[in-house]
Amino acid sequence: MEEINSLLHGFAVALTPFNLMLMLVGVVLGVLIGVLPGLGGANGVAILLPLTFTMPPTSAIIMLSCIYWGALFGGAITSILFNIPGEPWSVATTFDGYPLAQKGRAGHALTAAFTSSFIGALIAVVVITFLSPVVARFALKFGPPEYFAVYFLTFAAFVGMSKGQAWKTIASMMIGFALAAVGLDSVTGQLRLTFGFTELLQGFDFLIAVIGLFGIGEILLTLEEGLAFKGANARLNVKAVMETWRELPRYWLTSLRSSAVGCFMGIVPGGATPASFMAYGVAKRFSKDGERFGTGQVEGVVAPETAAHAAGTSALLPMLTLGVPGSPTAAVLLGGLLIWGLQPGPMLFVEQKDFVWGLIASMYLGNIAGLVVVLTTVPLFAAILRIPFSIIAPVILVVCAIGAYTVHTSMFDVWLMLVFGVVGYVFKKLDYPLAPLVLALVLGDRAESSFRQALLGSQGDLAIFFSNALVGGIMTLGILLLVWPLVSAGLTRLRKAA
Amino acid sequence: MEEHHRHDRAAVSNRTMELVVAAIVFAFGAVVVYDSARLGAEWADDGPQAGYFPFYIGLLTCLAAVIVFAKAAFDARGRKAFVGVGQLAMVLKLFVPTVVFVALIQVVGLYFASTLFIAFFMIWLGKYAWIKAVPVAVAVNLSLFLLFEVWFKVPLPKGPIEAAFGLH
Repeated sequence: MEEINSLLHGFAVALTPFNLMLMLVGVVLGVLIGVLPGLGGANGVAILLPLTFTMPPTSAIIMLSCIYWGALFGGAITSILFNIPGEPWSVATTFDGYPLAQKGRAGHALTAAFTSSFIGALIAVVVITFLSPVVARFALKFGPPEYFAVYFLTFAAFVGMSKGQAWKTIASMMIGFALAAVGLDSVTGQLRLTFGFTELLQGFDFLIAVIGLFGIGEILLTLEEGLAFKGANARLNVKAVMETWRELPRYWLTSLRSSAVGCFMGIVPGGATPASFMAYGVAKRFSKDGERFGTGQVEGVVAPETAAHAAGTSALLPMLTLGVPGSPTAAVLLGGLLIWGLQPGPMLFVEQKDFVWGLIASMYLGNIAGLVVVLTTVPLFAAILRIPFSIIAPVILVVCAIGAYTVHTSMFDVWLMLVFGVVGYVFKKLDYPLAPLVLALVLGDRAESSFRQALLGSQGDLAIFFSNALVGGIMTLGILLLVWPLVSAGLTRLRKAA
Repeated sequence: MEEHHRHDRAAVSNRTMELVVAAIVFAFGAVVVYDSARLGAEWADDGPQAGYFPFYIGLLTCLAAVIVFAKAAFDARGRKAFVGVGQLAMVLKLFVPTVVFVALIQVVGLYFASTLFIAFFMIWLGKYAWIKAVPVAVAVNLSLFLLFEVWFKVPLPKGPIEAAFGLH
């Protein structure tokens, strides 16, 4: 087994005292980010990215990915104790988590959430370990048409799986693509959409967009609800942990189903949020206690947490193997790779073995560290939430401003962040999804260049995208996903008519 | 804390906001189409021109905006509030000082601006006494300074006050 050897080598890379320390720091920072309103996985990692510029890439990605694991864990704390989801993917956790806390079983709910998160992540990491070398090897054969087809599939999946209005998803995605086109065109050397502003020559950096859209936008939304937090008490003792761990094996089938849903939704860029809702729905339908879901069932915490964490983790698979991130946070990590001079994609598995396997090994270790940290420090983080919002809010805004400034040491970016903040606030309230905008901004240039290269090869003939079984198959799948909302709406109408 | 959402009058309805945003998105798409057409959005001898890809992106943006606009215009459920008066006031109470804060960074540097910002916010909205607010604001900025300038060596914008201390 080649993968096992590579993985063991990866553990050797990851297991240095310096890296272990970074893992712990990363997880603690991540939980903090997950707990605080306005700071989440994507913008938290974006803000902290400049701090890692001077580190070796492997250490840097270990710390950043651990921030991400921490944020995934942390989202559950606020959902259960305060009925405020710290992250969108922990909304479904509030359904049964908060009722459990109200019944005085907060400790059980938290333990169930953390343990399920851990199991979901673990299964996803195993999938990454064995599946990603296969995908990478396969992707080595890809040319520009195949790459464009993969980008097309990614964006088609967003449209096809969007919960709300598909046209809003398309609008948001196209805005991202347009913003990505701003600046110097790398092929012709012409200036696009700059209208004479020198600040726009470099184009828009998606890190600024992420900090504004998710950070500032989120904090404005939180403020609408006023300044007060009301929460259940957090007591996590050994007895509650042990009782829950004895109970959890009963839900093994739910865990397995939720992990499968999560891994699938993470690799196909559906993301952790829909995965958690889907897993909750599936568990509710199949569980024998299904009708009691929503009143405080441990199983109702297990399902969404497992799926969210599995999806969040497996979103890194397409990012590493194809250079196509499955979530905004994966996109930020991808941005980090580019800044460190690493080209994400199949060649990474050939040329940067230490980096890739060090990262994969750190996923195992980081999640263990995460579980230990959250189980032992919940009271501390719950105490942080009792700091009044009138202190937390300005501090978070200052941190966001610093994050935006340090990306290019530019004040223009800080102003841009504020603009993106307003856009994020309005878009969120009107159900325009933000993730497609960010991913389009990240992938825009590469999607365009693979599109142009493919067309150059075929002298402008669009048939190149159906010229062989591989590219044709991916394109067809993409088109199917794209029209899926229409098909399913049509089916429902037919069923109603019948 | 002082507002009651249930009695919160709507500052602007959801439908109005939907229409306005769709119109802005359309204008944005139109700008993209216009500039791409200026650059050339056709097929030249040496391949696609610079505006080729963005041209269609712009067109799709406009198309999506038109459909969203039309859907919102005919949606009877759009009456509910986009944001209440009390909520909007709350949001502006945070957003306006933030804009001032960002403007101040350029004048007095980040550390001093953020000290003022945090202290102001605590006193104004949090109703803290200045004796509590100022130490908190200073402590936060001291830790930021240690974290960025000292440990991670990331320089942040500074102004005359840091210069007086001989820090650049």
